[in-house]
Amino acid sequence: MSSVLKIEKLWVAIDDKQILKGVDLEVRQGEIHALMGPNGSGKSTLAYALMGHPKYEVTEGTISIDGVSLNELEPDARARMGLFLAFQYPVTIPGVKVADFLRHAVSNIRNPERKEGEGLLPMRDFRKELRSRMDELGIEQEFARRYLNDGFSGGEKKRMEILQLAMLRPRFAILDETDSGLDSDAVRFVSEAISRLSGPDMAIIIITHHERLLEINKPQQTHVMLAGRIVEHGDARLAHELHDQGYAGIRARHPDVAAEEEAQAVKNETHAVVKT
Amino acid sequence: MVQEKIAVVTELKPAVENEVGLGDYQYGFHDSTDKYVFTARKGLDREIVEKISEIKNEPAWMREFRLRALEIFFKKPMPTWGGDMSHLNFQDIHYYVRASAAQEKNWDDVPEDIRRTYDRLGIPEAEKKYLAGVKAQYESEVVYGSLQEDLAKQGVIFTDTDSALREHTDLFREYFGKVIPSSDNKFAALNSAVWSGGSFIYVPKGVQIDFPLQAYFRINSESMGQFERTLIIVDEGASVHYVEGCTAPTYSSESLHSAVVEIIVKRGARCRYTTIQNWSNNVYNLVTKRAMAYGDSLMEWVDGNLGSKLTMKYPAIYLMEPGARGETLSIAFAGKGQHQDAGAKMVHCAPHTYSRIISKSISKSGGRASYRGLAKIANGAKHCKSSVVCDALILDPQSRSDTYPYIEIDEDDVTIEHEASVSKISEEQLFYLKSRGLSEAEASSMIVTGFIEPLVKELPMEYAVEMNRLIELQMEGSVG
Repeated sequence: MSSVLKIEKLWVAIDDKQILKGVDLEVRQGEIHALMGPNGSGKSTLAYALMGHPKYEVTEGTISIDGVSLNELEPDARARMGLFLAFQYPVTIPGVKVADFLRHAVSNIRNPERKEGEGLLPMRDFRKELRSRMDELGIEQEFARRYLNDGFSGGEKKRMEILQLAMLRPRFAILDETDSGLDSDAVRFVSEAISRLSGPDMAIIIITHHERLLEINKPQQTHVMLAGRIVEHGDARLAHELHDQGYAGIRARHPDVAAEEEAQAVKNETHAVVKT
Repeated sequence: MVQEKIAVVTELKPAVENEVGLGDYQYGFHDSTDKYVFTARKGLDREIVEKISEIKNEPAWMREFRLRALEIFFKKPMPTWGGDMSHLNFQDIHYYVRASAAQEKNWDDVPEDIRRTYDRLGIPEAEKKYLAGVKAQYESEVVYGSLQEDLAKQGVIFTDTDSALREHTDLFREYFGKVIPSSDNKFAALNSAVWSGGSFIYVPKGVQIDFPLQAYFRINSESMGQFERTLIIVDEGASVHYVEGCTAPTYSSESLHSAVVEIIVKRGARCRYTTIQNWSNNVYNLVTKRAMAYGDSLMEWVDGNLGSKLTMKYPAIYLMEPGARGETLSIAFAGKGQHQDAGAKMVHCAPHTYSRIISKSISKSGGRASYRGLAKIANGAKHCKSSVVCDALILDPQSRSDTYPYIEIDEDDVTIEHEASVSKISEEQLFYLKSRGLSEAEASSMIVTGFIEPLVKELPMEYAVEMNRLIELQMEGSVG
């Protein structure tokens, strides 16, 4: 039976500032969802909150997989339950080799009960698997010996996120603007890689401003966020429309939320002025 | 032109409270001390020094050398800088302990309880291939040692310092105490008065030794000071890598380790001296290390300091002639109740000399790590280049890191670079690793291991493994 990631009436605050204001979303294993919306509408906040970033406080609502609440779980426990976030800005960990990091990660995800100090995945098996995943993704073997994201170009960092996705094989993957900052060749590369990885065992939530990623990975559902809420649901055509026409139509259809968005923007601006 | 680049020093108050506690000291076992052949009474005076010299059956000049050093030791005041030594009681220490009556010829002959101690430290496994060349110091006397035959054939001398005094007297006397005179500092004077054991290496002209020479040191008797004395002479065009590692059992009362290491690197020669020290948390580790590097030579110190109550150690390189290069890589880990005051000194005495210092320190659970370094360029030493990079990682708000970089320049036409950074484990790094299924402790440990990786990769394989394991042990027992 396929698993379900359920987000119910989710309210999230950062530093006591309310960002998400009641988000509902249901994603089944095997589905592709597009999550769109203007800057500051709360897409990345939703992604971080799902993964359990300590600064993102869930003030109301629940996140669950097959009825098991994730709210109180640490990010590593969520990862072991099959959740994955491809970061928009992957973090650099100097001195830690990609292969060493991945071997730890894969060992923990495949064996969620693994205690510290217990054996890692056998080196030979792991290396073999890593090598073939890298080949499939067209990533040079030399990457395995580099320090995690250290000195990586923007494109290399995104490829590294995709390699992690390929190795960890989560049930639910959130891709936070994986296509941002990439040239069109790199976007095609990432799109094709995602398309190869997706299937009945993996749900993908694609957060994007662009259509490129969605051309190859056609979403069954598109969700549009505005001012911390999901204001519209649709299919691939909605994504296409937003790409063509921008968010003016959305704002026009939801004047109350748009007004709230405007008020928030003014407040932020004032705040910024005061700060400087 | 003096180029002084002071890079951004970021002082970050650690926001993440890592509940990473210091695991119990792993090597907290000790052998029975009943079997020691001779232990001097506690305390230090002329009688003790004369007794040590007599037991060792030394020539009169060495006895005089020791007694003069003792006078200097008594006259010199305690240093007022560095760490807290107010609890160090010189009269409450054994200055000489001899563990085994005679030196053993091979591993099988080494007494069983001593072998068992080494076994528990995992030494034989890691060392088997080098065993033939190992000089292992147990207590104050070398009990095990043999030298690979081909080295002997090439004229390499690798022996304990007491034997060198007996068997290679002329060579010994030419260099002993010349790099670090007894009057250099209080602890050099103390070592000069009561020294015992240590390694003596002579590498003849042009001989390249392509595997590391190794020695293990270990303190195993309560309130016992260990005062080994190492002297290394690398003749013109020769090269050697000497490695020592230390680990000690935990005891309740204070212990003192005060070594002196003197190195002469002649024209075109290379020497690398690698140390990993992991004294138990009651040891005062006060060591003087200095090398003289001559024309076109290369001297490198790789210095890893874990454990001890207080370590004060600043390996120095005097760059004596043009083309001489010096490099020091220093790693310090200060855990609960520990103060690592470590660093390096580079003294440019000649033009066209180059030095580099890279220091990484980690402090945790209230530990204190200080970098203390000197870059000195003498008048007339034109076209010198010196660079210092020190990075500190602070793991919790209770811990502390300080940087004391001293720069003395008496010449204009030089390049000096100094960069320092202080950082903490960032919340974003932890979140990233945790989002991939790593626990908080695993993530912290991985970040720390990565922080020192650039230095650890310079260590011989088995030491790198050991170093990483020690770091993991220090980080362990933390969460959950």
